[in-house]
Amino acid sequence: MANKFLADFPILENVVYLDNSATTQKPLQVIKAVENFYKKFNANPHRGVYNLSIQATKIYEDTRRKVAKFINAKSSSEIIFTKNATESLNLVAYSFALANVQAGDEILITIAEHHSNLVIWQMVAKSKGATLKYIYLDADGNLSEKDFAEKLSSRTKIFAVTQISNVLGLINNVKKFAAKAHEVGATVIVDGAQSVPHIKVDVQDLDADFFAFSAHKMLGTMGFGVLYGKKNLLENMQPFLRGGDMIEYVEEQATTFAELPNKFEAGTQNVGGAAALSAAIDYLNSIGFAEIERIEKKLTTYAISELKKLSYIELYGCENLNNKIGIVTFNIAEVHPHDVATILDAQGVAVRAGHHCAQPLMNFLNQNATCRASFYFYNTKADVEKFLDAIKQVRKVMHIA
Amino acid sequence: MLEDIYTELIAEHNQAKENRRTLENPTLTERGHNPSCGDDITLEFKIEGDKIIDAAFVGQGCAISQASTDMMIELLRGKKLDDAKRLAELFLAMIKGEVTDDSELEELEDAAALKNICNMPARVKCATLAWHTFKTMTK
Ligand SMILES: Cc1ncc(COP(=O)(O)O)c(C=O)c1O
Ligand SMILES: [Zn+2]
Repeated sequence: MANKFLADFPILENVVYLDNSATTQKPLQVIKAVENFYKKFNANPHRGVYNLSIQATKIYEDTRRKVAKFINAKSSSEIIFTKNATESLNLVAYSFALANVQAGDEILITIAEHHSNLVIWQMVAKSKGATLKYIYLDADGNLSEKDFAEKLSSRTKIFAVTQISNVLGLINNVKKFAAKAHEVGATVIVDGAQSVPHIKVDVQDLDADFFAFSAHKMLGTMGFGVLYGKKNLLENMQPFLRGGDMIEYVEEQATTFAELPNKFEAGTQNVGGAAALSAAIDYLNSIGFAEIERIEKKLTTYAISELKKLSYIELYGCENLNNKIGIVTFNIAEVHPHDVATILDAQGVAVRAGHHCAQPLMNFLNQNATCRASFYFYNTKADVEKFLDAIKQVRKVMHIA
Repeated sequence: MLEDIYTELIAEHNQAKENRRTLENPTLTERGHNPSCGDDITLEFKIEGDKIIDAAFVGQGCAISQASTDMMIELLRGKKLDDAKRLAELFLAMIKGEVTDDSELEELEDAAALKNICNMPARVKCATLAWHTFKTMTK
């Protein structure tokens, strides 16, 4: 069966693209939205009173409302636009955590975090004299609830967790963990970089205090990200970056800041990126997450069951497929992941190899590096078959009997 | 293309065990790694006068990085230090595509087989790791 999405993704004609956790491809609708903005509406938003600037402002602010609805924020003033998930998390670390964490406090994160939800917490812990603690995983790759219960305490001021690991693809029960973290008075920061593109997210239902994600992993363009924060928290925070657009009054020696969300959006913003995210959300909504999940589950289940037939394949976090998105992390015995990726690439299959920006997790898994195939709704069974065929060539190419 | 890279010679050097060991009282030792891909080696050289009398390495990484290290160790063992430095420069020039004449590259022995890596930008760092590490060690 022909892939009904293929017409929207011309780039997919020439490659089996299985690195969707790193970034997704962009449909023509998104590419056209960017073109349309620069062709017809380009002006500096928030600054001019002329029509073009008003149009640019409208595109930008309409996207904010659309994002708020997409993740069910209470108000669009709780949506702050950034450059990517990494910047969103840094904003929380610098403007919230540095002001609220004190010596002797504890910051609790998980061993499965991406470096962008890890390195910042080392910084906060070090500069405040706080302790950084890790929750480890059960044998199946899921967060250990026992370890969480043991490490959460009244000293825990920050609990930062990814909703979905970019290596294992397992969905953490953030709602349950957040409720327990709130009981001890911790602030809950959720990395949604891998969840928002693949499952329906409701930030109020999760009860996340802060929630970060990137547009480029969900059909949008690079250089555009989102931070959701509860209004009462954002209102009491100092700005992250200072300059134009984020001010109310500027005098020689003092400045008052703009209201939310502008307080956190200094300088000219990426309106083209907002136009792209708006079109990306429309595209995802037109398919629906039930369908996206169904397609990804089918591909993942098929890929894993076939890989399990190959005795030389080692899989990570692939035992229980119920709470897993389309990420398959694996190794081939006696072959380094970089060689695997090169050999797959020569057969037109793009996978990621390396530490996936999660070195502490690699260490925990006792692996120097792994291969990762990650699916999106536009992948097909034929893609998985080509991937499997390519995998079966690897040991031959490497001259291993 | 793939066959030009993953040759049997590369496979042999990748799997070879003889040079994977540590030396007693090495004169020079240096660790090198590619943070982006995780190749990680430590070279150990024993020098007497101006001559490399023994060389070995430990480490892990992709086939290209490991084979290249093994080839370098075999090539440099027994050489005068100055000759070894010259050969390392020749190897790096080959990978950059600056020296292409096979007769000139003959001196590199098995390591000349890595010539085609210059067509694979993503893997150049793997092939040159050992040689850069050697350069740093003997600076
Ligand atoms: C779980 C997770 N968190 C954070 C990030 C960082 O995203 P970005 O590089 O877009 O800031 C990624 C992307 O690789 C990710 O997978
Ligand atoms: Zn390598």
